[in-house]
Amino acid sequence: METLIQQFINGLVIGSVYALIALGYTMVYGILGLINFAHGDVLMVGALVALQTMLFLMGMAPGMSPLVMLAIALAVAMVICMLLGFTMERLAYRRLRNAPRLAPLITAIGVSFLLQTLAMIIWGRNYHTFPQLLSTTPLQPIPGVFVTPVQIAIVVVSALLMVGLLLLVNRTRIGRAMRATAENHRVASLMGVDTNAVIALTFVIGAALAAVAGVMFASNYGIAHYGMGFMPGLKAFTAAVLGGIGNLGGAMLGGVVLGLVESFGAGYIEHLTFGFLNSSYQDIFAFIILGLVLIFRPTGLLGERVSDRA
Amino acid sequence: MNELVAAVPWLGKRNPTAARWLIILVAIAAPFIAWQFGRSWVRILDFALLYMMLALGLNLVVGFAGLLDLGYIAFYAVGAYTFAFLASPHFDVHLPFWVILPLGAAFAALAGVMLGFPVLRLRGDYLAIVTLGFGEIVRIFMLNLNYPVNITNGPQGINMIDPINLFGWDLSRNIRIGEDFTIHSLFLYYYFFLAAVVASIIFIQRLQISRIGRAWAAMRDDELAAKAIGINTRDMKLLAFALGATFGGVAGALFGAFQGFVSPESFSLMESIAVLTMVVFGGMGNLAGAVVGAFVLALLPELLRDVAVPLQQTLFGHVLLDPEVLRMLLLSLAMILMMLLRPAGMIPARARYCHDHHLSHHLNNTPKREAAK
Repeated sequence: METLIQQFINGLVIGSVYALIALGYTMVYGILGLINFAHGDVLMVGALVALQTMLFLMGMAPGMSPLVMLAIALAVAMVICMLLGFTMERLAYRRLRNAPRLAPLITAIGVSFLLQTLAMIIWGRNYHTFPQLLSTTPLQPIPGVFVTPVQIAIVVVSALLMVGLLLLVNRTRIGRAMRATAENHRVASLMGVDTNAVIALTFVIGAALAAVAGVMFASNYGIAHYGMGFMPGLKAFTAAVLGGIGNLGGAMLGGVVLGLVESFGAGYIEHLTFGFLNSSYQDIFAFIILGLVLIFRPTGLLGERVSDRA
Repeated sequence: MNELVAAVPWLGKRNPTAARWLIILVAIAAPFIAWQFGRSWVRILDFALLYMMLALGLNLVVGFAGLLDLGYIAFYAVGAYTFAFLASPHFDVHLPFWVILPLGAAFAALAGVMLGFPVLRLRGDYLAIVTLGFGEIVRIFMLNLNYPVNITNGPQGINMIDPINLFGWDLSRNIRIGEDFTIHSLFLYYYFFLAAVVASIIFIQRLQISRIGRAWAAMRDDELAAKAIGINTRDMKLLAFALGATFGGVAGALFGAFQGFVSPESFSLMESIAVLTMVVFGGMGNLAGAVVGAFVLALLPELLRDVAVPLQQTLFGHVLLDPEVLRMLLLSLAMILMMLLRPAGMIPARARYCHDHHLSHHLNNTPKREAAK
């Protein structure tokens, strides 16, 4: 029973990180119909920039309270990633908006590998230890079940950000412009929406969420390196598809469900296959789910409610 | 070949016959020229030929049929591991080359169909991600299938694979002629791989202008219209996956035998992307594009390795960008810049859906096509 609850908590934590990343995929897909393959690498940049900022602050002001330090690092990472998202859209994707289908995707793959290479040049190939600024001593709400303050923070912050995003998209003028652009570019621009600005904004918001997710991901595992964005990026894409791509609520649901499936799957795969497969196969769950969803229910769990797209 | 001839700068359009002989001459003389710069360059040429075969196979899937496959290297892996299982001390099986090669091709084709079936209904971009996932699954299995039963020997891979043996003629042995003249085994491999590439080119060229090739082109340009004129798109897609995979499998088997060991490291996503970049760089849907793209992008990183590393040593006193980083930088920039600036590739594909003589027969009024025989 304790194991079950523990797996549930682990799944929930990693699932909320996936959900945050998935939002970036789903927003861009909703508006442009583009799979922004480089989104996972924005996460990596966010984590490494935050790491660099923390190390800098630790050297400059050793007495600073860890919470302030974390907040500054997070802010710097978000700003850098937003700039990065803006630049990517402006330099690469905007020119390809009317190109044949495969061109933007191939470009996105190129951008993804370019970001990884640049990160490799700047930060090297090594795994960096990510400073733990929140306490890592686990609490025991139920005997035998461990939760760290970092994990609690991850779930709370993601929930807050998701609520904020939903409010932004559904309650504000900007959000209405985004929904209108997702519905139909040309008509939206006829109605006075600056669609170019809206698309740029979508990339920027997605990148900011990815930066936060990157810091969370690195804090959760305690490491950061140039290739760390690839797997969570792919899994978040799976989560977005699982929830119904283009649908914000779906991305959140998909992220959490995927996190849970992965956590339980890794925990029980050894029993299920009589010891033949073990937890090193954890990563294949996402791909199997992706395949199954695309074959049997391509619209995802929540379907594609057009009015709800952002 | 005609496309390749037309692609020769300056000469190709003026004197196709001379261009053709030039290509043949260069292909034959290449290892001797490379030998002047050192043995490793011949080895690099051998690998370039393997990449050419991969690019030709992937071009079949991406360029002809329009299915973006990001897990192509998985078929290369299937071919290489088939060879490793059946001709190494790992299982203590040593089957002859001519038995394993078709087996490797068949297994790869089977893997292609296995991948093809579930993704039949997917559109371009979803297809790309699912094939990428397929490639990763294959790699994860290669890495982890050493427990509880040791099948793939995990991350260490399989060593001491038998060399290629053509009816008792061992390609890994140097041939001695007289006292002081030897033909190095790298040359033997070069010509053998060259023969394989030439055979692939001829096969694919015939395929492209056949019924199947035209059906692929129709499907790529407009799937709905292709269905409407009676093309069985399901079978055509499966065929594209299977045939593309076959080339990957054959190249993989040759790779395993040539290198002597295989490990999951050689079959990472980066390699899939590298092959895709070669196809994109040369020009999708074009034989000459795949050949030139593979040749340029297989050699350029090695040239950089030889030039950039000493250059950095003298400029900065230490190596700032190591060759592997340079290779990734080159490939990713090539991909982005090609898509932005020249999406059709270095050698854009010409629309060509039927036999030349049919074309000239039916279109007598149109100006004669240049460089066509």
